[in-house]
Amino acid sequence: MAFDKQEAKSVLLGPLFNNNPIALQVLGICSALAVTVKLETAFVMSLALTAVVAFSNLLISLIRKHIPSSIRIIVQMTIIASLVILVDQILKAYAYDISKQLAVFVGLIITNCIVMGRAEAYAMKNGPFMSFLDGIGNGLGYSILLIVVAFFRELFGSGKLWGQTIFQTVSDGGWYQTNGLLLLPASSFFIIGLLIWALRTWKTDQVEEKD
Amino acid sequence: MEHYISLFVRAVFVENLALSFLLGMCTFLAVSKKVQTSIGLGIAVVVVQTITVPVNNLLLNNLLAEGALTWAGFPEADLSFLGLIVYIGVIAAVVQILEMTLDKFFPALYQSLGIFLPLITVNCAIMGGSLFMVENNYNLSESVVFGLGSGFGWALAIAALAGIREKMKYSDVPDGLRGLGITFIVVGLMALGFMSFTGIKL
Repeated sequence: MAFDKQEAKSVLLGPLFNNNPIALQVLGICSALAVTVKLETAFVMSLALTAVVAFSNLLISLIRKHIPSSIRIIVQMTIIASLVILVDQILKAYAYDISKQLAVFVGLIITNCIVMGRAEAYAMKNGPFMSFLDGIGNGLGYSILLIVVAFFRELFGSGKLWGQTIFQTVSDGGWYQTNGLLLLPASSFFIIGLLIWALRTWKTDQVEEKD
Repeated sequence: MEHYISLFVRAVFVENLALSFLLGMCTFLAVSKKVQTSIGLGIAVVVVQTITVPVNNLLLNNLLAEGALTWAGFPEADLSFLGLIVYIGVIAAVVQILEMTLDKFFPALYQSLGIFLPLITVNCAIMGGSLFMVENNYNLSESVVFGLGSGFGWALAIAALAGIREKMKYSDVPDGLRGLGITFIVVGLMALGFMSFTGIKL
């Protein structure tokens, strides 16, 4: 396959804003939002997901010509599940505290629609290298939204960033009254809703038709 | 008995899979435009959840957990790291079997639920149900109640959201917020509503 730099760039960077998997394709919101209370967990989760999408795309694309289409879902599932087990074991071995905080959500990467969606929509039709890039691009698109949400929730919810105090809270003798709403799961919906609004005001072609 | 009722109520309201753990969001947002279809999907989720959680519980306790293979002569084996792949396998298989059974014996039901069944394999709520069962160490009867309750809670949430979205056709939403954006905000408000159940104990 001829290597096209322009195409590679659009495959890698397109999902960040133009074709964001969360904001536009409505994929992979499932497990993500619950881990965004703190920046650190959101970052680890993004890393884990990006690794899984990239490698599952790569592997599925490598064997795409040998998979009979009637059982392709189960083959994709097996590959994804093996990769997730690998990530889970690595996290347990090297970052035990974080893996405890993420709890079931690492396992839920298996059913994250981004992974399946990209495998089905891109990796089954394209070469290994491009699929790998596509995986990284979509992983980054997901990460950027997760990290922005986590940034707001941690900063305004507990006055901290990455566990470091930014605003001295009232309970610590400082001045900042924490916003408890941002620690609840509901707040991530509001933040994403508003982010989508902002994104669509900037890129007006993403506005949905009236039905 | 009280213990089970309390577990059920907690699974339906306090620990609602969709609204407090944000699971099954993809289908939750995509298939909630009409009340009719969302109730169909909700019923399918209840059925699959009630079957898969106990089945995974049996597999966990008899094959995968540490020391579970004592009966086969491997008292030291600990296969719990294989959990994820087993659960997803069970879910995919149950969905497939259910689809074939419905097709064969209840064609009318298959007509109305059939299209939703494949969606359920990748529904995080189902996988999440099994993983929470593992996390909380439920026994077999508890896992039946938990499966039923969590499935029912999810169905309730999606039916309610569909009701709100049907009404929303009449409202004038700002351009950039139309569709997905406003749905997110509505779900956020619903989640706040469900939080008022926190702390209820029977």
